[in-house]
Amino acid sequence: MFDLDRWREIFQSISKNKLRSVMSGFTVAFAILLFTLLFGIVSGLSNSFKDAFADDAQNSMFVRVWKTSKPYKGLQTGRRIQLKNNDFDYVKDEYDSNIELLTARVNRNVNISYKNNQDNYSLRAVHPDHQFLEKTIIDEGRYINQRDLKEKAKVIVIGRLVKEDLFGEKPALWKRVNVNGISYQIIGIFSDDGGDNEERMTYMPITTAQMIYGNNDEINSISIGYNPDLSLDEAIAFGNKLERDLRKKLNIHPDDQSALRVQNMAEANKGVGTFMLALYFIVIFIGSGTLVAGIIGISNIMIFVIKERTKEFGIRKALGAQPSSIVGMVVQESVLITTIAGYLGLSLGTYILSQIGDSLEDYFITNPSVSPGIVIGATVVLILSGLIAGYVPAKRAAKIKPIVALRAD
Amino acid sequence: MIEIKKLHKSYPIGKDSLHVLKGIDLHIKEGEFVSIMGSSGSGKSTLLNIVGLLDEHDEGEYYLNGKLIKNLNEKKAAILRNKFLGFVFQSFNLISYKTALENVALPLYYKGVPRKERLKIAMEYLDKVELKDWANHLPNELSGGQKQRVAIARALVTKPKVVLADEPTGALDSTTTDNVMDLLRDINDEGMTVFVITHEEEVAAQTKRIVRLKDGIIISDNLTSKSKAV
Ligand SMILES: Nc1ncnc2c1ncn2[C@@H]1O[C@H](COP(=O)(O)OP(=O)(O)OP(=O)(O)O)[C@@H](O)[C@H]1O
Ligand SMILES: [Mg+2]
Repeated sequence: MFDLDRWREIFQSISKNKLRSVMSGFTVAFAILLFTLLFGIVSGLSNSFKDAFADDAQNSMFVRVWKTSKPYKGLQTGRRIQLKNNDFDYVKDEYDSNIELLTARVNRNVNISYKNNQDNYSLRAVHPDHQFLEKTIIDEGRYINQRDLKEKAKVIVIGRLVKEDLFGEKPALWKRVNVNGISYQIIGIFSDDGGDNEERMTYMPITTAQMIYGNNDEINSISIGYNPDLSLDEAIAFGNKLERDLRKKLNIHPDDQSALRVQNMAEANKGVGTFMLALYFIVIFIGSGTLVAGIIGISNIMIFVIKERTKEFGIRKALGAQPSSIVGMVVQESVLITTIAGYLGLSLGTYILSQIGDSLEDYFITNPSVSPGIVIGATVVLILSGLIAGYVPAKRAAKIKPIVALRAD
Repeated sequence: MIEIKKLHKSYPIGKDSLHVLKGIDLHIKEGEFVSIMGSSGSGKSTLLNIVGLLDEHDEGEYYLNGKLIKNLNEKKAAILRNKFLGFVFQSFNLISYKTALENVALPLYYKGVPRKERLKIAMEYLDKVELKDWANHLPNELSGGQKQRVAIARALVTKPKVVLADEPTGALDSTTTDNVMDLLRDINDEGMTVFVITHEEEVAAQTKRIVRLKDGIIISDNLTSKSKAV
């Protein structure tokens, strides 16, 4: 296949006929450029979607309660629903196989002070699994563990910004702070991708909070990380069943959304998934349209080029060129031009996308880029299209009798 | 070398067909220097193209170098052309983006000769037609006579058995015509068979045998004084 003489012939033919080569190259480069930009922008859109959900685990569910909005079994509308430890245990025991992560949560507002600094912060009293459900990133120390729960330890994990408020640049780990007048030890400092509010949060063992703030077994909400082996549909079914069962257990009307609700990421994911799928279909449709337009463009140009070269082919044949050598020459030239031009279009496209970077975030486009798979795919399509675009008209040209070709002008 | 028996050729024109060659019998032996004359449209080019395997005949037999030419595909025809035949055209037919040297070397490329050797041989042939100094010029930088000499060098470079020339002097003035004819005679003196179409009596007179065509048949076939000189 590698025939230096053949390549020399081709390079000569390309470089001595620059306008023609540039023309055919331009079509391809332009098509690939559009193709790259299109895919890049869609990937940017999809990145934005992923970011929007990045704060919490993708497989999370959230059980939230408030007041009833429907009377049920003689019970009044407007009754306040309260989750308790036994509801948490119920979920834990009933759905063990469907659950990967599980935590209850008690929310409080607390005043925290260290030396002369003090401020009010939100507190979440939780189980250890909360770390993974909230994607809390431990920067120093550790998160709450089972032993803390058991011992109702007076320990606290504080957000990066809380640490900054109270300690500035000084170390905070293992120091003691006052939380509503009671002394706690800082066992961890965390950060969170969810933004400043999340990093101004504090965490303590749920058992400690229940003992100290009210000495009861009340909880505000339950978060679940469902088993990732579940399909989206199975996860949605699980969420629905959990909702029904909990309403039944708490004597809530089966349709009372206000009283108890399970917010299921699986549903959101399914929605996003469907949306992204639709988007991808549109893009594949437009993208392949662009490519096809490029292929048609280069085919047309190749037809024109070959017509222009008919006489040259006639001369070559009179001198002993076999039809296969003519076809091979044209195809190789066409493949070379499409590949180089396609590569240029692709490079320009990726360059533009990299320049866009985060500047279009307002338009919901984050970090647009094309994946290697698409790059390779597009390259293959290019080479193939160069092959076809060259082969079909070249084959026809090679069939022309030399005497006819020689007469052409 | 070339043996033609009862050769017929027609061109389809719409529904009709134009009968151009109406039974040609011609035998050209190796080393002959033959010219074909005849009025415009008498079928000279048609005959030469068939001999040159650039076109196909309809009826009759054609033997090239003792081999019957029949149902040749393009590939086989290309190999035979490359091996046995050299062409010189009235309109030169040089490839415009190649230099004189590259044009001359092209048939050797199709013969599979390595590049270095190819260029060396081509240079020798350019020297033979006294165009060594023009080797790196493009065709459009050459005069008509120079172009035709490049074309002749190209026709000779593969050492063909037969050189076919369709009005090689048709586009040249009288001095360059003499130049080209001298070259063709030199080639013939080296033993190559040369087959020339011409309109000019003076040109034909320099060959050794004149075949006259009229309306697709040979009306005369005579040796010239040159042939007796040998
Ligand atoms: N491809 C073709 N299709 C149809 N008719 C053709 C074709 N080639 C040649 N002819 C016709 O065949 C006849 C002979 O043509 P040919 O070219 O052999 O003549 P010629 O003797 O070479 O003439 P000239 O001296 O003008 O070159 C002419 O009438 C011409 O019009
Ligand atoms: Mg003619």
